[in-house]
Amino acid sequence: MLRFDAVGLHYLSGGTPGPDVLRDLSFTVPEGAFRWLLGPSGAGKTSLLRLMYLDARPSHGRLHVLGTEIGSAPRRALPGLRRRIGVVFQDFRLLDHLPVFDNVALPLRLAGRGEGQIRADVGEMLRWVGLQDRAGTHPAELSGGEQQRVAIARAVMARPSLLLADEPTGNLDDAQAQRLLVLFRELNRLGTTVVVATHNETLVARYPARALRLDRGRLTEVG
Amino acid sequence: MARRSLLRPPGFDELGLRRAMADRMLPFLVAAMAFLAALALAGWVGAATLAQHWQHGAGASLTVQVPQPGDPAIGRTGPDARSRLDRVIETLTATPGIAGAHALSRPELGALLRPWLGGGDAALLERLPAVIAVRLAEPPPTPAAFAALDTALRRSAPGTVLESQGLWIGRLLALARSLQACAGAALLVVAAVAAAVVAVATRAGLAARREAIEIVHGLGATDGFIATRFAGRATLLASAGGIAGALAALPVLLALARLAAPFTAGSAAAPASAGPSVAGIETFSGSLPVALWLLLPGLPLAAAAIGFVTAQVTVRRWLRRLP
Repeated sequence: MLRFDAVGLHYLSGGTPGPDVLRDLSFTVPEGAFRWLLGPSGAGKTSLLRLMYLDARPSHGRLHVLGTEIGSAPRRALPGLRRRIGVVFQDFRLLDHLPVFDNVALPLRLAGRGEGQIRADVGEMLRWVGLQDRAGTHPAELSGGEQQRVAIARAVMARPSLLLADEPTGNLDDAQAQRLLVLFRELNRLGTTVVVATHNETLVARYPARALRLDRGRLTEVG
Repeated sequence: MARRSLLRPPGFDELGLRRAMADRMLPFLVAAMAFLAALALAGWVGAATLAQHWQHGAGASLTVQVPQPGDPAIGRTGPDARSRLDRVIETLTATPGIAGAHALSRPELGALLRPWLGGGDAALLERLPAVIAVRLAEPPPTPAAFAALDTALRRSAPGTVLESQGLWIGRLLALARSLQACAGAALLVVAAVAAAVVAVATRAGLAARREAIEIVHGLGATDGFIATRFAGRATLLASAGGIAGALAALPVLLALARLAAPFTAGSAAAPASAGPSVAGIETFSGSLPVALWLLLPGLPLAAAAIGFVTAQVTVRRWLRRLP
């Protein structure tokens, strides 16, 4: 599912390589596993997630995502992989010009699903996240928590094989955070591999699972 | 049921391009390009029409005057000596680019000159030079060939006058072909500028919608999907501009066609004094060459094609920076 072999990452700055933000990462997340991704701010959690959702390619080492070696995969092979990955971003990354319904429907439309199925599935998902009355509302008119729920709905809409979340409970109240973890656990139980980056140690304590712990770009714990 | 089978609502704008790619500036600029292209097309067609007219009309023939046509030509003497007229005809028919040469008979010459000289003075006709009507072939002789022919004729039959009309027609043809080449070059430049305008508008759209593109790309959209969204928008705006430009050029072209009508004998142009009657308008619209009527609707199509291809190329190149 996810396999890192001595993976390193640096970003380019003006065409020249910057300092390594991830160094010599080697670990495996098997299919259907649940992992917490822990570490202080600046430890490299977001960079590691970027590698996982194919927003960056490794600078060193070999990375396998959903059975594909990312470093050598042709560009045209990546969109299909991305459609199998759901991501909940810390800053939501919603499309402001589209209403809630269309934001949530986007992964299904990119996958070429029929409008009838989309209407039914998105309606059900919006009911689940409690936004059925906000389907026609634009993200700018929603609260932070509501936007986060839209982002979560979009991430899980297409039943991804791999679900990645970057601080997904940051804008949710305790009850909503617990409901979200229940959803993640349920998807995990159905076979989705889940990796959740968080600072929320309380949440981690409440839902104990194996963890990947980062510090200054290096893995300090592989649970 | 039909709605259930739709993959995507008609006109659905995932990337918000309706706001990002201006719906006024791009069509306006493309309309200006289409207007210029229409003028260049008219120049190209007009030059071709005039060239054809000159070539097959006045330009297709010339006349040669041979004084003392019965006297022996310079060169061979004795029993096989040829007359000046025969030698000139022999030289003419041997010249490349000349299809035939016919010496007008005295009755033919008399008929030709009757309006000026009357019909009774046979002695005067005897003193006139012989006139040879020459038909030019396609392609006609070059100006250099005309000069060489003139020299050859003067050498064998001094005093022979080669009408310079053919020479001038040759020069006019060269000018007309140069004008056609210029019009073609202008069309290419206009197309290149239109492509540049579309590319700039597309880049502006990419910059304005960068975040949305990155989000959709991250959700698994292919380069083709994103490029097609941009290309669809650019095609729509460019064709609107193309239609507007072609329509704006139409009255100008009709006016130019009226001005050019006297130069093309036998054309369907209305006289310049024609009023705006229905019949007049019909005749007036008939004054444009058929080729131009066929080419003008091609302008919006060409604009659409330029918009589509340019947007596709621009977006696909831009997307290469994303992983």
